[in-house]
Amino acid sequence: MSDEKLVGIVLVSHSARVAESVAELAQGLAGGGTAVPVAPAGGTEGGGLGTSAELIAAAAASVDRGAGVAVLTDLGSAVLTVKALLAEGDELPAGTRLLDAPFVEGAVAAVVTASTGADLAAVEAAATEAYGYRKV
Amino acid sequence: MLDAEFFRRWMAVTAASVEREAERLTALDSPIGDADHGSNLQRGFTAVAGALEKEAPGTPGAVLLLAAKQLISTVGGASGPLYGTLLRRTGKTLGDAAEVSPEELATALRAGVDAVMALGGAAPGDKTMIDALVPAVDALGDGFAAARAAAEQGAQATTPLQARKGRASYLGERSIGHQDPGATSSALLVAALAEAAGE
Repeated sequence: MSDEKLVGIVLVSHSARVAESVAELAQGLAGGGTAVPVAPAGGTEGGGLGTSAELIAAAAASVDRGAGVAVLTDLGSAVLTVKALLAEGDELPAGTRLLDAPFVEGAVAAVVTASTGADLAAVEAAATEAYGYRKV
Repeated sequence: MLDAEFFRRWMAVTAASVEREAERLTALDSPIGDADHGSNLQRGFTAVAGALEKEAPGTPGAVLLLAAKQLISTVGGASGPLYGTLLRRTGKTLGDAAEVSPEELATALRAGVDAVMALGGAAPGDKTMIDALVPAVDALGDGFAAARAAAEQGAQATTPLQARKGRASYLGERSIGHQDPGATSSALLVAALAEAAGE
């Protein structure tokens, strides 16, 4: 990519610690390449387990560099809240996309791919492909 | 005809009803969910009532869109985006008309329920809010009281069902024998509609 704009990554989990830890893991495994903007959005604003639309919107805004924002979620209300925010139209930065991907493996694939300067479609493809990684 | 005042009353009655029933909703959510449905919805509809008092939107559609926005951003559980989507799509379908007929509301609510099914992937019989909402919308042609009765009946009929969506679905057969909390709160929403209409 010649414009050097990186795709931003948002990690949405019911737990703040899970979101933060997966962000740390993915960035760590991405190694010393270009620093990808990654923001965790875990738990509720009160620090409990759940999903906060406010935290998700703030995280997405914080990683938006103009190349799109890829959102990965764990389950249930995390998925539904992101979908509802996308349907609102003006709650998330333009070019924000919910990725159909496993949370941990998908986050690593997304961050590593984004660190190469890949565009949003390539980041999405890499994260979704993580579903195909069999362990047994 | 139903004006913005009617829709604000519907939301206010729902907020009062959810507050009154919050403990029962959470109790229903304990054996098959994560015991937060009552408190989550109470937080959401308290925000709805507060926002509507402050902004007093002038059309039925605007009332529902503002309510939806509050639910999506404040509930913190799956019921936020689900109820938010219900009201949002219903409000969008009503457009910017100053008054709507009960028939127009019925059509818009059906679009709202369809949007909830598309978002959550649930169908009738999956032991979800859909099991109260679909019969309510089907009965709305016979009046608000008929819709209330149909929603209540639909909610009660979730008890023998096995959950096929959401956290309760992980419980498999152990979800049988409990009334679904989401169907129960959906019945409250429909009952509030009838109450707002004076029926």
